[in-house]
Amino acid sequence: MPIDKRVNSTAEALHGVQDGAVVMISGFAGAGFANILIHALAELGPRDLTLVVNSATHPLSRTHELIEAGLVRKVICSAARGRGRDLSPFEKLWKEGRIELECLPQGTFSERIRAGGAGIPAFYTPVGVGTEIEMGREVRRFNGRDCVMEEAIVGDVALVRANVADRYGNLSFRYAQANFGPAMLTACKLAVVEVCEARDEPLPQTAIQMPGSFVDRVFAVGDGVGEGA
Amino acid sequence: MTPLNRNQIAWRAAQDIRDGMLVNLGIGIPSHAADFIPPDRDVFVQSENGIIGCGALAGKAEADSDLVDASSRRITLRPGAAIVDSVASFAMIRGGHIDVTILGAFEVAAKGDLANWDSGVPDKGPLIGGAMDLAACTGEVWVTMEHTTRSGGARLLDACTLKLTAVRCVTRVYTDLAVVEVTPEGFLVHEILPGLSREELQARTGAALRFAPDCRTLEAPPLAAA
Repeated sequence: MPIDKRVNSTAEALHGVQDGAVVMISGFAGAGFANILIHALAELGPRDLTLVVNSATHPLSRTHELIEAGLVRKVICSAARGRGRDLSPFEKLWKEGRIELECLPQGTFSERIRAGGAGIPAFYTPVGVGTEIEMGREVRRFNGRDCVMEEAIVGDVALVRANVADRYGNLSFRYAQANFGPAMLTACKLAVVEVCEARDEPLPQTAIQMPGSFVDRVFAVGDGVGEGA
Repeated sequence: MTPLNRNQIAWRAAQDIRDGMLVNLGIGIPSHAADFIPPDRDVFVQSENGIIGCGALAGKAEADSDLVDASSRRITLRPGAAIVDSVASFAMIRGGHIDVTILGAFEVAAKGDLANWDSGVPDKGPLIGGAMDLAACTGEVWVTMEHTTRSGGARLLDACTLKLTAVRCVTRVYTDLAVVEVTPEGFLVHEILPGLSREELQARTGAALRFAPDCRTLEAPPLAAA
């Protein structure tokens, strides 16, 4: 059967996501948030989720909808501080002890995801040595420098935003849209991408930044980026 | 004796960026250094979200929500710019391919320890971001900050009191009062604000200062406060 990874609804895109899922959400600094899919996941309402997301509090991401709806058990991120004086939805639940938090250096965060997708169970990095990150981690010396061991992160579903896809799931990103997306697509059992446009004809090889072999489902949402609240 | 304002601190640090460098600039004072890099130096600015070659901030007409730096500012690209994903961006950072990173700080210790990610404000969530990777793995780590806290407390210390970002990493500190090198023997002052005595600078510093034999006056052109 000819390959066609395009789906026609968010329900199809998210079919099979269950309670307890580890959900990876891409996006950084306003670029690459899969806000249509995030919103749809909040409406679908699976509970007890672990979110792997760079920021738990970015105002342009709809991640807060999952948090406010009480669907999230744990967040793994590199940033969990809201900008305003008032506490963000994440900070409020975290202070109340209702969400578990693992805050990592951003490079360690992205490399743990990369390792998860690349079949590497753990690695050593000098980042975090001598800081509170070192607590509870194995330390080993390489080439005269102490390093901490970091374990891979794998997920059940990745929600990623790209610009254009083709029927094979090949992806092209705009500007800084890729960020954590490619690594997350490799690290999850189910890789779902929302795109501005999903074409029938294949993308030119030179335009492909992520091969479709790492992508399971593509949902075209047009120009709408579903920003913020 | 007027201490440098934040733009003047950024200007002073920018004068030391060398031709051909690849630099990463943190949020706050460091981000302003991009505006003051001398025009005879061809410099690429890297941002953790994968941009190599950040240009000026975008005007309203050209602003694009997909073209942003790690501080969520809408920017332009300089000629020759490239964009990679976060994995490649941090391979560039951890692999030591960035020549210098300029970071803000709350405290710097005499042996080069840096505290810049958690000011100890109660209730707010943690924000590590790329600071630990940049501080631990970049060959030159320059700090720009005010010499003391708002209440006059020292920020250059024998040992940091706040949570550490990385140990033994800072190589230079640019403040509103001085330019200080971090050496194996501790802080070495290279420039001091005109009208400020060495004793007065020492009194505002929480660790012993030594002064370079060729210690100069710290100067910057008049610039509007950032």
